Amino acid sequence: MMRKLLVFTLIMFVFGFALVPFYEKFCEVTGINNLLRPDVLAKDNWVDEERWVTIEFDANTRGLPWQFKPLQTSARIHPGESISVMYEITNNSDREISGQAIPSYSPRFLDKHLKKFECFCFTKQVLKPNETRQMPVQFVIEPGLPADIHTVTVSYTFFELPDSASTAKK
Amino acid sequence: MAAVHGDVHGHGHDDHHPSGIMRWVTTTNHKDIGSMYLWFSFTMFLIGGFLAMGIRAELYQPGIQILEPELFNQFTTLHGLIMVFGAIMPAFVGFANWQVPIMIGAPDMAFARMNNWSFWLLPVAGTLLVGSFFAPGGAAAGGWTFYPPLSTQGGIGVDLMIFAVHILGASSIMGSINIITTILNMRAPGMTLMKMPMFVWTWLITAYLLVLVMPVLAGVVTMLLTDRHFGTSFFNAAGGGDPVMFQHIFWFFGHPEVYIMILPAFGIVSEIIPTFSRKPLFGYSSMVYATASIAILSCIVWAHHMFTAGMPAIGQLFFMYATMLIAVPTGVKVFNWTATMWRGSMSFETPMLFAIGFIFLFVIGGLSGVICAIVPIDIQVQDTYYVIAHFHYVLVSGALFSLFAGAYYWIPKWTGRMYNETLGKWHFWLSMFFFNLTFFVQHFLGLAGMPRRIPDYNLQFADFNMISSIGAFGFGLTQLLFLYIMINCIRGGEKAPEKPWDGATTLEWTHLPTPAPYHSFEKPPVLK
Repeated sequence: MMRKLLVFTLIMFVFGFALVPFYEKFCEVTGINNLLRPDVLAKDNWVDEERWVTIEFDANTRGLPWQFKPLQTSARIHPGESISVMYEITNNSDREISGQAIPSYSPRFLDKHLKKFECFCFTKQVLKPNETRQMPVQFVIEPGLPADIHTVTVSYTFFELPDSASTAKK
Repeated sequence: MAAVHGDVHGHGHDDHHPSGIMRWVTTTNHKDIGSMYLWFSFTMFLIGGFLAMGIRAELYQPGIQILEPELFNQFTTLHGLIMVFGAIMPAFVGFANWQVPIMIGAPDMAFARMNNWSFWLLPVAGTLLVGSFFAPGGAAAGGWTFYPPLSTQGGIGVDLMIFAVHILGASSIMGSINIITTILNMRAPGMTLMKMPMFVWTWLITAYLLVLVMPVLAGVVTMLLTDRHFGTSFFNAAGGGDPVMFQHIFWFFGHPEVYIMILPAFGIVSEIIPTFSRKPLFGYSSMVYATASIAILSCIVWAHHMFTAGMPAIGQLFFMYATMLIAVPTGVKVFNWTATMWRGSMSFETPMLFAIGFIFLFVIGGLSGVICAIVPIDIQVQDTYYVIAHFHYVLVSGALFSLFAGAYYWIPKWTGRMYNETLGKWHFWLSMFFFNLTFFVQHFLGLAGMPRRIPDYNLQFADFNMISSIGAFGFGLTQLLFLYIMINCIRGGEKAPEKPWDGATTLEWTHLPTPAPYHSFEKPPVLK
């Protein structure tokens, strides 16, 4: 009896850890929280030439000695139009650092309407000492964006990755 | 305890156990261990209560008067941890230790030495928790649910808390293994599962819940520890992890945990109500099935704690409906208790008063629970005092009141002495009054938007907070009366009659002398 219950306890302990890949798989299958893979544009996408949306670009770093900025601070496009924006990062330190950019949007539900084909945030970025790199983001804001939204903000924050740790998964 | 001790030599049993402190350190007797559990949990209850007094003193008036915000956060965090893991859970294990063997006719717990170990882990964990206040940077301050990123950023106090949770988890798991084995293997001949007292049934199901979810808690705090010190990124977004995942894993443990704290309470109340109504429990088998369904449902509703954390609408709907479904078996229980009292020949001694108070206030807490389960409302009241009011109605007037009821009910059997009935009634009515004074107004504060875990508040909340604080001070002082009543009873209470409650039908009242001898049921009782 005790052995059975101890084994069961052990199984539940392992189950706790098994929840981690299970959770990731669940999000992947259901498409929740997809940060690291390119989106696919709907086939029936169209350009709404009646409307204008202003996109503001924002860039931050968190705890790593990089300079990070978009080459343009804002853009004005029609919903459904594809746009490409360049960002620039510079490693100001004298060591090699790898970082990962995490996006953040305002309004929060923008992620439902923003389809990204290319982004430096899909992979980790490794910068040698004093290296500078320009990287693109290419995306479409779908015409499904509510009509009362005229200005949106796309923001990226770079976090330092621990050297030993594996990079962002997938 | 003194009475138990005094009784040891009266039964001609050749005990060679050591005396003095070593008796308690080395004991394998379920009654000794049960008493130690109860004293430990009451001590932690007083410490957790002291923290609550600090919180309410700070909230007595708007502005910062007594506790700096950092210390206030430590107080709220440790109040929750100490009350949940240090007071309520060990108290129920203490009741299980005392009562399960003598209610099923077993001589002791199945694994007596492991029982000793699972108790003696507790003071270590308690010391770590309380001692973390004196660590550099103070105790953990990110809330008792220790969500990252705050818990991955905190100082050494968080590490002490993690170790304490590990130890408490190990203790609970060993305790549950012991209880399951005792109940399944050591029942007196003739006591089939469906003849077991409800308290034993609820503890059997609780113990299964414990071995199911405590290891998951151990897993999640281990992940937290490795995130903090060993470079993993389970909950670190920059490393590919996800802080929301912590909440999912934590509440996979955390929601069954709230039923771990309330199912044994249901058991105690299900013993007391029939005794003082002098009628058998109405709908015994439906009670068993209701307990089991609550336990099963409790495992699939965890995300109702995280409606605002970001979730697809379909997920919110699922967790909302599943949560509301729990009201059905819980309602079955409440109606069964009411039906047990219906046309019973009732008397209102202190245990019964606490049991009825339990039903009355637990229903209020259950109702606000159903309200919180509704997604659009929950989004409004999330992290407000409404939630605080809700879970104090189920944990204080639920779990704690049932513990008081059980203590008054069984203290004559444990010590052979009666408590002071007049003072017991005072304890009940004062607790009832001050409890509601403290927590009922918090519903209004929450609906008006006062957030939890903040040491200061807007002037509009001032009056209700003052009322709540006055109630809290009164409630805190009233519990010292409980301590006095218990010590008074153990030291010099009137001698209890063989069967102080004429309506009691379980084995410990019908087949054992009062007080229960140090070794009971060495020969299993004969059941008709």
